[in-house]
Parts: sequence; C-alpha cells; structure tokens
Amino acid sequence: MTEPLLFELSSPGRVGCRLPELDVPEAPLPEKLLRQELALPEVSEREVVQHFTRLSQLNFSIDTGFYPLGSCTMKYNPKLHEEVARLAGFTEIHPWQSESMVQGALQLMYELQQYLAEITGLPGVSLQPVAGAHGELTGMLIVRAYHLHRGDEGRSVVLVPDSAHGTNPATAAMCGYEVLTVPSDSRGNMDAHELERVMDETVAGLMLTNPNTLGLFEEHILQVADIVHEAGGLIYCDGANMNALLGIAKPGELGTDVLHLNLHKTFSTPHGGGGPGGGATAVTEELTPFLPVPVVALRQEQETGTRYYLDHGRPLSIGRVSGFNGNFGVMVKAYAYLRSLGASGLRQVSENAVLNANYLLHQLKGYYFLPYDRLCLHECVFSGRSQAKLGVQTVDIAKRLIDLGFHPPTVYFPLIVDEALMIEPTETESLETLDAFVSAMRQIAREAETEPELVRDAPHTTPVSRLDEATAARKPNLKWEG
Amino acid sequence: MSSYIPNTDADRRRMLETLGLDSLEELFEVIPARQRYPHLDLAQPLAEMEVRKLLHGLAEENADLDHHPCFLGAGAYHHFVPAVVDCIVRRGEFYTAYTPYQPEVSQGTLTSIYEFQTMVCELTGMDVANASMYDGATALAEAGLMAARVTRRDGLIVASTLHPSYRQVLRTYTQGIGLDIREVGYGEDGGVEFQQAEQLLDEGMAGLMVQYPNFLGSLEDLLPLSELVHAVGALLVVCVDPIALGLLRPPGEQRADIVVGEGQSLGNPLSFGGPYVGLFACRQKYLRQMPGRLVGMTTDTTGRRGFVLTLQPREQHIRREKATSNICTNEALVALAVTTYLAIMGKHGLRQVAELCYHKAHYAAQQIVALPGYERLFGQFFKEFVIRTPSPPTEVNAHLGERGIIGGYELARDYPQLTDCLLLCVTEMNTREEIDRLVRALGEIGSGA
Amino acid sequence: MEPTDRKYTKQHEWAKLEGDLATVGITNYAQEQLGDIVYVELPQPSDTLSQSEPFGIIESVKAASDLFAPISGGVVAVNEELVDRPELVNEDPYGDGWMLRVHPGDESGMDALMTAEEYEVHLKTLEE
Repeated sequence: MTEPLLFELSSPGRVGCRLPELDVPEAPLPEKLLRQELALPEVSEREVVQHFTRLSQLNFSIDTGFYPLGSCTMKYNPKLHEEVARLAGFTEIHPWQSESMVQGALQLMYELQQYLAEITGLPGVSLQPVAGAHGELTGMLIVRAYHLHRGDEGRSVVLVPDSAHGTNPATAAMCGYEVLTVPSDSRGNMDAHELERVMDETVAGLMLTNPNTLGLFEEHILQVADIVHEAGGLIYCDGANMNALLGIAKPGELGTDVLHLNLHKTFSTPHGGGGPGGGATAVTEELTPFLPVPVVALRQEQETGTRYYLDHGRPLSIGRVSGFNGNFGVMVKAYAYLRSLGASGLRQVSENAVLNANYLLHQLKGYYFLPYDRLCLHECVFSGRSQAKLGVQTVDIAKRLIDLGFHPPTVYFPLIVDEALMIEPTETESLETLDAFVSAMRQIAREAETEPELVRDAPHTTPVSRLDEATAARKPNLKWEG
Repeated sequence: MSSYIPNTDADRRRMLETLGLDSLEELFEVIPARQRYPHLDLAQPLAEMEVRKLLHGLAEENADLDHHPCFLGAGAYHHFVPAVVDCIVRRGEFYTAYTPYQPEVSQGTLTSIYEFQTMVCELTGMDVANASMYDGATALAEAGLMAARVTRRDGLIVASTLHPSYRQVLRTYTQGIGLDIREVGYGEDGGVEFQQAEQLLDEGMAGLMVQYPNFLGSLEDLLPLSELVHAVGALLVVCVDPIALGLLRPPGEQRADIVVGEGQSLGNPLSFGGPYVGLFACRQKYLRQMPGRLVGMTTDTTGRRGFVLTLQPREQHIRREKATSNICTNEALVALAVTTYLAIMGKHGLRQVAELCYHKAHYAAQQIVALPGYERLFGQFFKEFVIRTPSPPTEVNAHLGERGIIGGYELARDYPQLTDCLLLCVTEMNTREEIDRLVRALGEIGSGA
Repeated sequence: MEPTDRKYTKQHEWAKLEGDLATVGITNYAQEQLGDIVYVELPQPSDTLSQSEPFGIIESVKAASDLFAPISGGVVAVNEELVDRPELVNEDPYGDGWMLRVHPGDESGMDALMTAEEYEVHLKTLEE
C-alpha cells in the first residue's frame, strides 16, 4: 500500500489547528503585496497524525534495530536527553536575550566547550558549527586564516588521503584550495614516503582522519605530523571516527592542530534522519584566536561572581559560521551524555566499540575478502569482491541484509576498496546482536554461491522494492504537481 | 557499567577469547605508548536522576518566554508550535534514523522530505527546493556561492537591510573564494536604495541579495529590483520570513532566482539559536547548481511509487572537490517539524497566523507612536518595526526587564545611524494584554517616570 | 573490439575525423564504468575546446565525471538528443550517443591520440 501524500489527503475546508480570535483592531492590509493563492494542504489533526505515524513505520531506525553504518556511529540515543532538551528553560529562550537572563544556557555551553577540549587535548573550542562538514569548513578557514596572518600567501594546496570522505576535498575547494591526493600503503596507512615527496611550502595542510576510513589507526601518525609541521603546514583531523579514541588517545597529542567533532555520532545525539547535528571545532592554543565568533567565555565579576558571556571581541576570528549560537538543542544532549559518562564511561565506550568491531572482523574474515588484515579500531572494512565474481555485488548484499532484519553497513566507501562494506557496530550493541548479524552475513555469503538470484533481487520484505534511481535522475520529479 | 553498553564482563571475555586476545589493552597497542590512555580530567559520572536534576537546575537559571512576554525578533521568532509537531518529531523511527541512503527502509523520511520540498516551493513560488540547509544564514551564504558559480562572476551586492549575522556568515563563507561583496544602503522607506543599487549592478556582479521583509521589518516591491538585476544578467536572491509568505506575494512571483530563508518560525522553538533549518529554493534551470540533498519521486520494480535521494552526483560524496557544496548532514528532523507544522496549519492556518502577527504588530506600533517621545521609522511592515526611543534603547530595555518584559533588539549593534532605535517584534503569541503592558511600560519612560 | 575508424584518449574519449569535422564521444568502457547515464552537460556551439582540458560533465546515478577534449577546436554541433535521452550514451556510445562535432583547430591534434589497438592495450593495463 502506497502511503498517500498530504496533498492527496487534502480536502477543502478541513482545519488542522484552531487559532485564537484577533483581539486587537484590524489594520489595513497592503493590498498590492498580498498573495492570491496558497496551495498548502487542508487536513485535520487526526489525518496529520495518522499520516506521519504511518510514514514513520516505513523507516528503519536505531530504535528498531542494528544499524552498523560505518563512519556514522549509529549508537543508541538515550531518552533522558530527549526529555531534558525539551525543558522550557532551554527551548523558550531567545538567542538575543540579554546574557544575564540566560546564564544557565551559557554555563552549559561553556562547560561543554571545556569537556570537549579535555577529551581532544585541544583547548580552543567553538560550538557554532552545526554539522561535521560545517565544522570542517570552519577548521579549514582557520587554517587559511592562520597562514595569511603569518604573511604566508603561497600555500594554495591541501593534501587529502585517497581514503578521505568526500566532504574533505569539497571543503578544501570551498576554501579556495587545490586538492592533491596522497595514496595509502599496503597496510592501509597513509603512505608517509609519498607524503614526504609532495609536502612543501605550497601546502597549507593535510586533512586526515584517524582512525582512517578503513577503521585503521594511522601507524605513522607521529611521523606524518612531523613531516607536515616541519614544512610549516597544519594537520586537520576529521573527527568523525572519534568513537575509537575516547580516553584512548587525544588527537591534540598526536599532532592534530584542528579537529572537528560530530556530536550526532560520537556524543550520542540523534541523527534525525539527516540532522540536526552538532559539529564542534577544536584547535590548539595558537589557533584559538581564529575561532568563529562568538565563543562562550567566563569572567569573574565583583557583584555577581562568575559570569558567562558571549565573547565577540576576537579581531582575528574567521567570522560567524552560523546565524546564531549553533545547535544549542543538540548541545544539551551531548552535555547530558558527558555528565552521565564521565572519563571512565567514555573510555568504556571506545573499548567496547573497538572490541565489537574486531569481533565482527574476526567472525566475517573467512566469508568476505578483508583487504587489510590487521586489528581494526571501531569499524572494519570488507570487500565484496569474492561475491562480485559470482555476480552478486555489494549493493545486493546490502539489500539482502534488509530482508534479514538489519540495516546495511555503509557501502562503496571508502573508494580505495572495491565493493566496499564498512561496518561499525558501536558499543551499544549486545553480543547477541553481533552474533545474529554475523549469521546473516554468513548466510548471504552462502546464498551468493547457491542462490544468487535471491540476493540480486533483494529486498523482498520491504514496503517498496528497489527503486529506479536512473529515471529519478533523468526526469527529476522533486515536488507534487497534483 | 552503563554508558548504555549492554555487554557484560562475561560477554567481553568470550569475545576476547574468540579473538585470541587476553585483554582489551591489546586492541590499542597500535597507539603510540606515550599517548595511550591519557588522563581525562572530567567530573565524576552521574546517575540518570542526578543528570536530570543538574539539567533542571541549569534550565531554571534561564528566564524563559513562558514566563516573560517577548517582543524580541531579529531573525528568531516566538511563534506557536502546535502539540502535534513534537508528537511526530519524537517518534524514534524518525529521530533515530540516519540519512536515507537505503531508500527501501527510509520511505518515511524520504516521503516527508518530498512533502517538505513541495511546500517550500509553494510558499516561495519557486520551481525546486532542496531538503534543507543548516539555517537561513548559511542558506544565504550558499546562495551567494551558487550565484557566483552560475554566472561565473565574482561580485555580489548585498542589502544592508539583510540580517547582520547573515551578512557576516556570507563573508565567512566567501573568504576562501575571493568574492567581492558590496553593500547597498536603505532609503527613507526602509527599502533598498534604488539608485545606489542601479549604480552597483554591473556585469561583474553575480547577484543582488535582499531580505523580505527586511531586517528592519520593512516590505518592498521586489519587481523593480528584479528588472535591474536581470538587465545585467545577474541573479536576484531573496531571503524570506516564511510566516510572512502566508500573507504576502511570494518572491517567486516577483522574479526571484534563488529564495532562501529561516524555517525556525514554522513549528520550531527558539532554542537559544538552534537547531534551526535553512530553506533553499530556485528556478528549474539552476537545478543542477543547487547545493544540498534532493528527494525525487520514482517507482520500484513492481511499479509502486517511492522516493529516493536523487541528483547525488552534485554532492560531496561523489563529486568531491567539484561538489556544489560540502554539505552532508543537514536539518532533516527540523524540516520534518516544518512539514508537520505546515500540514496542521494548512492554507488557512498559515494565513491566519500571518494576519494575527500583522494586525497585532500594527496595533502595537500605533499605540507606541501615540506616546510622547516615540517615533516609528520607515514604511510598510509585517510583524517587526523600528521605533526611535526617548531614552537610550539599553535603558528602555532595562526598564522593560524590570517589568518582566523582554524588549526589542538594539539596532546600535549593527546600524550606526540607528543607535537610538529598537526593533520590536509582535507575533500571534503576544496577547493584547501583553501589548498594552508593553505600551504602558514604554509610556513610563517617555513621561520621565 | 574498438572501432578502428577513430582514435582514443586515456580518459576514454574518442574522436572520429571525417573531412574537416571531428565527432567526439566516450567509449564503451567509459559508459560501462559509469552505469546508467542520467545527464550530460555539454558546451554550446561556437565554444572552443582545448585538447586534454575538461569540456563537460557526464553524470550517472552514482558518479559524475569530467569529459576531456580529445582534440582542440571549435564546437560546431552538440547532440541535442542527449538532453531527453542521455541513455543513448549507454546504448550506442559510438553511434547515436555521439556528443560533439568539432572543427579541429589543428590537424596534428589527432596524431597525439591512441589507435584502437593502443587503446585496447591501455584497457588491459587497467584491468590488472
């Protein structure tokens, strides 16, 4: 059954919400500026609730089951956070309200800044970016501002590993940089020799992810950092994979100068179907003056004691990156998470995340090709190439997993692994779930040999089967025309 | 142990055994020894009831709008959020889902985004809309980058009556690309200085960016501006208040090329500045230059209707350094709130909200200018207006604060010619009693009380 | 077997010279790699191509690639059919899926390209 759209449910005269009567005299309306037609749907509240409730039931979500999307850290979203984020003291405050009226909010932001600084080993933190890519843009603009401030206008290149997430080169281009790719070696590390070859004074910095998108810790990280720093460049670290390093290592101690974090990955705030996120950016002491403005700061006042305030007096700042303060509602959830876990809890997160991923690696090793046979961190990457030889591609494996009750892992990324399957279980999954996933993956591997059509035609159990993406792109239908 | 970790020590032992390892530490031997296991100086972990209490304490230190009538706008607005919105947005199937890359198990999210795109097009009068941007400010910035891409020019003209924070974000976003940004001032009616715009618009300019209603609350007819802009082959970029579009002619009918806006007003609380949601819509011919995600309708192998992410090659994960933007995660759940809000309000409800704002704001303005010492600046307005106050605006706001009222935005922050002015906002949330209370309090200042 | 009536680039474009006009398109290998083509962005007639420089973009569902000019010259015609039917590039890359007709600026441009045999050898190296 296809779910009708709101426009198909609409019927003239239906009213959804009653508003109060006007309690002041009417003023003359600006006739020439009035619109004639507004074709929004007319549906009742009951229909609205039914419609969206039924739509929600078409979704797979973390609350429904295992969601091992590599690089996304689909960990459980604690329900306490949903409750506290909705307190009126947090939702009903205006970003321009006078600071004396919002000290609780500013204190929360300040403490969150401090927490993230401590976890990363990078003292300067901005909470303004609202997504990872936004934090990346912020970070790379800081890199650019740093070099210009030193009077160095010759750095026009940014280096990016061949395993990089697409946002990395896209971000570098948005900052006006040319992007050069550095290959990985046979162990899945960035090739330090190749890096040395291309690193020079035209390079503003290296954008890397550690652990990288293969789920592997960069074994030469200290050497890599030295190579870049010695030539006057900066290291930008994509912190999407921070779930592997909480309490295990601080990026700031591994040569990182700029880092972005994903509150909606590592710090348990919900993904929301594609946002809202939180993309805090953390930098070294030296780079702190370039952070976006405002930063939440603290001062001691004689009469009122501790006062939190928004510090706008930052002449070297790259400027604002958000219209207001960033995703405060998301920050509340990350803050609650950090207060619940503490240092010991955070370390347990990474230990369990890494153990779970290695367990899956070990259990799937004989069934799928493993391009880099070494201990992974919080995610592992397989290749579906053995199955591809039998005519079953990674996309088919993914769709068949849906039939078996699991959300597929990330597929076809990173680009350096053919038919890639990137699996990140996170720490919030039980051994039973992991074993069930392993069984399912092994079953599919068998089916690829004995009943390949079953896999190629999957999924068989979903509300819709495979969708025609080619037609959707050739003849885009992006809105309802009635 | 909690940290929301189900596995027990026994589970972990079994797993380590399977791996042939003796301890968890062996998993981290790859980390250089000196940097391994740093001490994290953080507060002790708290139990759920303690965290709840702590957060309540922090929330209670904030003076919220449930307890204080508010006349502050300036880009973030106190509007009514019907109960239905949160009820939908709280469903775990929506908020704990990921970006819909596997469409067969994401039809809920994808369908609602298609509905969102449709409604944004309808509101703005444009041909295509994307699945959302981070907020109005970054949507504007991306519109600037897009105009430059489409026209292959590197100049932009920006109205000084565009939100100051938005202009700042535009400058931040374009600093790496080297766009030449010029400002055009405002005239006596509060609208764009037409002659100045005419002079600045030449064939080096990719676009003119204006706000509707503008930051000073003023309304202007965009058609004459659109003619100027198109005559030099540039794009007209309009930043809107979507509530206003319940009442006013949309920019699409005034020949805008790109429309952006802040969707917070449509079913989302103020939330101290975020999460908000950027609206982004444009003409059909610019479709492939548009940043952000797009959802399209298609059919499955049995001919059933379904929805998918489409035109993805424009995006970062495929096009990489040649992508239209680096945007990945956007504001899907906030967009869902917008969709639910527009559904429950519908064509009549949204018009009614807009009218309530309009009439209440005009009533407030009329009462205030009747007070000695107060004057209203500029011409036609929607729900915000500028008043010149007899005392410095900071004093006025302090006085209002003592009366438990959250006053207006002090324009001295951004407009050197308006240092004695406040920007006041009135919405459907302000009752007549509240407005009368505001007027009385302002009257006390005027008469030197 | 690659058609021998034309020459090839490493980036999988071909150019076929007939009189004073060269037709340009992409090879079978390229269309296979790209998958279902959904959109082709081409220059206008009277634009100029520069050998080895990008002249357009070809999009499939999962990829977007630059198209590199096999030769330099002025664009005389563009295959308008591809606007409504980009799948022609998949169906008939050497015939109806042609992209541009170009007036070569310089005859020696064709000499820099690979013959069908050389291109086939190049394809073999990619498979390794």
